[in-house]
Amino acid sequence: MARTNLFARILIYSALILAAIAFLAPFAWMVSTSLKPLNETMSLPPRWIPNEIHWENYPDAIREMRYFWRYAGNSLLLCLLSVVGTVASSALAAYGFSRIEWKGRDTVFVILLATMMIPFPVVMVPIYGLFKSLGWIGTFKPLWVPTFFAGAFNVFLLRQFFLGLPKDISEAARIDGCSEIGIFFRVILPLCKPALLVVALFQFLHTWNDFLGPLIYLTEQKDFTLALGLQSFQSQQGGTAWHHLMAASTLVVLPVIALFFFTQKSFIEGIATSGGKN
Amino acid sequence: MTGQERHNLRVGLLFISPWIVGFLVLCAYPLVSSVYFSLCDYSVLSPAVFIGAQNYRDLAADEVFWTALYNTFFFAALAIPLGLLVSLSLAVLLNFEARGRGFFRTVFFLPSLVPMVCLAVLWQWMLNGELGLVNSTINPVLDVFNHALGTHWQAPNWLAEARYAKWGIIFTVLWGVGNAVVIFLAGLQDVPRHLYESADIDGASFWQKTLHITLPVISPVIYFNMIMGLIGSFQVFAVPYVMTGGGDGPGRSLLFLATYLYQNAFDYWNMGYACAIGVILFAIILLLTLFATKLSERHVYYAGK
Repeated sequence: MARTNLFARILIYSALILAAIAFLAPFAWMVSTSLKPLNETMSLPPRWIPNEIHWENYPDAIREMRYFWRYAGNSLLLCLLSVVGTVASSALAAYGFSRIEWKGRDTVFVILLATMMIPFPVVMVPIYGLFKSLGWIGTFKPLWVPTFFAGAFNVFLLRQFFLGLPKDISEAARIDGCSEIGIFFRVILPLCKPALLVVALFQFLHTWNDFLGPLIYLTEQKDFTLALGLQSFQSQQGGTAWHHLMAASTLVVLPVIALFFFTQKSFIEGIATSGGKN
Repeated sequence: MTGQERHNLRVGLLFISPWIVGFLVLCAYPLVSSVYFSLCDYSVLSPAVFIGAQNYRDLAADEVFWTALYNTFFFAALAIPLGLLVSLSLAVLLNFEARGRGFFRTVFFLPSLVPMVCLAVLWQWMLNGELGLVNSTINPVLDVFNHALGTHWQAPNWLAEARYAKWGIIFTVLWGVGNAVVIFLAGLQDVPRHLYESADIDGASFWQKTLHITLPVISPVIYFNMIMGLIGSFQVFAVPYVMTGGGDGPGRSLLFLATYLYQNAFDYWNMGYACAIGVILFAIILLLTLFATKLSERHVYYAGK
């Protein structure tokens, strides 16, 4: 809709700017609070710019969280393991669902799609029981081992990308005597690096943000992830030291936002693809 | 089956074998045993004892469960349509103008990256009755009205009042609609331009174009976002859990099905009861998805069909 008159354009931009302010305000409020002394968080009406910038809220919050750096290390380790697991297993499965024609393939794929509807809380108890009988409760294993078994959403996403590649390139490689696994590694994967990056990013985000998983599987405070550590910090605080809580929240959000700005294009394309855009 | 077909089947299954193992161990087995445990007295610590439909009978008589069910439906009935409305409106606005689109899209998308725990902590502060940004924005506006009309309106203490607590959670999740905005925008950009051009020639207004071109063409995307919203809303957990410190809010107003399931499983070790809640939760999502799909068969338009 290119031809819009001046009046309409002013209206559209006003609406966009208003919405943008509403969407950015909570971020600004978070950072602003994180730099205030405690008494100023309670002043009315609230000030956006603190009288004096209190950077020391950040080291203070880290100290009060006790294991902050351990939490960060745990989160990073889990992200790394689950990204490796997800990319490897989902790529294999997506290849099997898109680049090889086998009997019953599309029926099995429908089952895969259907499993996306199963909410984690529904299967949480038996899975917990299973991990308990393996002696995995209180370890990281329940949080990363399952990622090596191809989650449905990632398989679906990669399959969309794999289907987009012409059939001829596989045929040509087959005629040259390349095995299926050879085609997978030497032909398809190099062509799909952007798609693999998207899946890696989504998994990183998922693991970094996950709350329910760490909540049920991790038992020792020092094994917590950042998300769980932040929640435990908040419940100790009882929600009064807002300057420290906001500083801690900023520190947990910041890595994700930074990652997004470096990989924005892949991110947006990946999400658009998940909605059925080819 | 020819030799080639057999070979393909073998290789295909080999490639998808990680998923097959995951499906059997982490999906099919837990789903079946969840149904079985829902018919048992089970605490993980001791073996499950079959007790028939007792858990379901207990649920039917459990007032707390009905509260959780009501809260979940209340939340979903508002969060899903509002989420669709907000994200689609933002995407339509973005689709108008090329200039600044990237910037605004990023702004709308950013909150959806925020981890649930941060989201909950931040909005607990935003919605603070006295000091929060939401009320310190609303109250001065209300004061203007109060002054003019002689009324005594005041913004509620959102999360501390049973009547308004769920609205607090709804605002919180609405801030994170960015994912849907990006998906809608991609859908809008796929609407063939020539449709608008011929409508322009016929002198169609903006609303006519929206109603007769845009909405029908992007209806599959609306359907997709609706299903995603449905699955997400019915299992809402982290935000209310963190905001209430693992509790259920004022007057149990923030107790949802997933929270009650969690409490039964891991606070009371009443795993059989928790599984029964899980089975009901799954049945609700399944039925509503099927219902939405039936509805979409009538109203969703797929190009080329």
